[in-house]
Amino acid sequence: MNQNTVVDGSEKSLLNFLGNLSGVDQTGANARAAMLGTRSIKTSSKAKAIDLAISMVDLTTLEGADTPEKVRALCSKAVRPDPSDPTVPSAGAICVYNDMVGIARNHLDSIGGSHIPVAAVATAFPAGRASMEVKLQDTTDALAAGAGEIDMVIDRGAFLSGRYMKVFSEIQQIRALCAHNAHLKVILETGELTTYDNVRKASFLAMLAGADFIKTSTGKISPAATPPVVLVMLEAVRDFHTMTGVRIGVKPAGGIRNTKDAIKQLVLVNETAGPEWLTPTLFRIGASALLNDLLMQRMKLRDGFYPSPTYVTID
Amino acid sequence: MTTFDYAPALESRSIVTIDPSYGHFVNGRFIEGKNHFASINPSNEEVLSQIALAGSADVDLAVKAARGAYEITWSVMPGRERGKYLYRIARIMQERAREFAVLETLDNGKPIRESRDIDIPLAAAHFFYHAGWADKLDYVGLGQSPRPHGVAGQIIPWNFPLLMLAWKVAPALAAGNTVVLKPAESTSLTALLFAQVCQQAELPAGVVNIITGNGSTGALLVDHPGVDKIAFTGSTEVGKAIARAIAPTKKKATLELGGKAANIIFDDAPIDEAVEGIVNGIFFNQGHVCCAGSRLLLQENIAEQTIEALKVRMAKIRVGNPLDKNTDLGAINSAEQLSKIESLSASGDDEGVHRWSPPCELPAKGYWFPPTIFTGVTQANRIAREEIFGPVLSILTFRTPAEAIEKANNTPYGLSAGIWSEKGSRILWAAQQLRAGVIWANTFNKFDPASPFGGYKESGWGREGGRHGLSAYLLSNENGEEK
Repeated sequence: MNQNTVVDGSEKSLLNFLGNLSGVDQTGANARAAMLGTRSIKTSSKAKAIDLAISMVDLTTLEGADTPEKVRALCSKAVRPDPSDPTVPSAGAICVYNDMVGIARNHLDSIGGSHIPVAAVATAFPAGRASMEVKLQDTTDALAAGAGEIDMVIDRGAFLSGRYMKVFSEIQQIRALCAHNAHLKVILETGELTTYDNVRKASFLAMLAGADFIKTSTGKISPAATPPVVLVMLEAVRDFHTMTGVRIGVKPAGGIRNTKDAIKQLVLVNETAGPEWLTPTLFRIGASALLNDLLMQRMKLRDGFYPSPTYVTID
Repeated sequence: MTTFDYAPALESRSIVTIDPSYGHFVNGRFIEGKNHFASINPSNEEVLSQIALAGSADVDLAVKAARGAYEITWSVMPGRERGKYLYRIARIMQERAREFAVLETLDNGKPIRESRDIDIPLAAAHFFYHAGWADKLDYVGLGQSPRPHGVAGQIIPWNFPLLMLAWKVAPALAAGNTVVLKPAESTSLTALLFAQVCQQAELPAGVVNIITGNGSTGALLVDHPGVDKIAFTGSTEVGKAIARAIAPTKKKATLELGGKAANIIFDDAPIDEAVEGIVNGIFFNQGHVCCAGSRLLLQENIAEQTIEALKVRMAKIRVGNPLDKNTDLGAINSAEQLSKIESLSASGDDEGVHRWSPPCELPAKGYWFPPTIFTGVTQANRIAREEIFGPVLSILTFRTPAEAIEKANNTPYGLSAGIWSEKGSRILWAAQQLRAGVIWANTFNKFDPASPFGGYKESGWGREGGRHGLSAYLLSNENGEEK
């Protein structure tokens, strides 16, 4: 069964499907996420988790003040996160605004990072408040500049007011634009959806419309990738896989700043969706400061002491 | 595929000091005991210590000490002063929480995560809660100046050793009673550590006395003429024996006995959280929980998908060394209990019910039983009627809400029940119909010192916790209630 047999594309079938989704009990979801947060990941499993997390980082800069130099520095860091240690895996991707995509792509290709995709935030990121023409053009620009991944935002106004078909159709159109040339990540902006019921509903809506990944947040709204929100999204991709046989990725973004938080995310993946999702093709972490903490924790495991922050590069 | 195995994360046991043998704690000090028996770590059969078996002379000594302390110190001490001692005990328990948690896990076999996050914090919370009551007894609801009973004989089980001690000792002391407590034969160590806490808190001698032993010691305590009130948590069989023994006397009793709780999942339940609730309901503390949700009632139209989701979830349960911080399911408390679980499970096989456990490797030494479910169970099967007190779930289905209630109530027990539904009116309706003392909605196995806990029918007499539980340790002056 593929997603087209779950809903036939009509508004009626979509509403029917979303309306029949099981609810999420907020207290219970919080409790489960908190319990998984007590897992104690030490020694060899910590080392493995750190390298896995590094390989999953979508190294991100989404500032108005971003410069080409900063983006190039980020690209170099993505390829060789620790210039002094070649055993450190490269990061999952570079995530930038549209106008930086070309700069990032060219620089990555010139330094041996052609395996690292550039993700562009698109569709009038972060608010998504623009006409569909603008959103399509935004995405077209990103693809033309060499983006291998499109991180689109959903129209939260439409979602919250119950116009699910509008959201569905927008995702479908961007999906069509990306075709097979780019991975589509759909940003739900869970901080604005406010309830876990909505998170679950929006997750399914995005998956049915053709998302390759569902992503928590833009990073511009707090709260962002809280453990219970990620738990609910992981349950959704697990259930979607049971229904269709298709594995959709999950990308928490926003608020994951240190190794402990990142490892908690990996535990959530391992015990919810399952170890099949423990790969950068199915799980990414959108972050900027996180990578340095992962590197410092890695050095701590290797050398037995914490390095000064001067031993990791600043972005 | 990447696998993410968790390396062993063992809690250090260096924080606990276990003596090679113990005596009894009477009149504020440890006294020599006789007829010692071994207390073992059920996860690896290591002998932890030798525990004394109290005979009639020891029981008599302890009851006399409690009587003396009652008359000379505790009953005449103002409530606010008693409260200070209770606060002090609570704080010391918090300070020594890790020590208690490690010791409890060693002696009982429960995962350190549970002893650390549930048993010990809740035990301290019971002392804090009742400390606040000590000078406010006029507001319990028994009129002005209610009186304590005198000496309370308290017998506790092995499933939550320190927590059950706290449930018993804290309200008794707050109300002005003195106590003689007998921990379960297989789990005496945290009670003996608690005796040290009483010393550290400078609790007046004789207010708390702890004698160790087996069922014979318990019987001596129940029968002792110097005991005014009995509080017992344990099996319904022993509870009935206690009720018979005290029938011709003036002794009062509260009894917390067995259960066979129904956990009812309606088709509009939040499925993922309900599955967590099922797991928590039956696999928490290896199912050694009197209020365990041991009968799962699934609405027919969601039964198949829920059982599938439950199996996926059960495959994630981490069974193993209880001291590992990532262990979810620990050891069965004793060889005796293990054989009871095995024999009741075998009765399920014999009656043609389908048994399933996830693949899991059990340690070679110690007492272990995998998380287990039985599907296609009917009301007529033994595993649907008898308390298994282990990680074994019986799954039944129902078609209509009325059928769910009928099945849930069709048991001689009535301790607890769970209702899972996103529909508030259905939850309230079901809660009114269920004949059980504790009902959880969209959760299970949640405890709080302010909430009364107790059962209907063969699940017991009286309540523990809250104002209701405290009342059981008091007599009203206004309605002429006699000692």
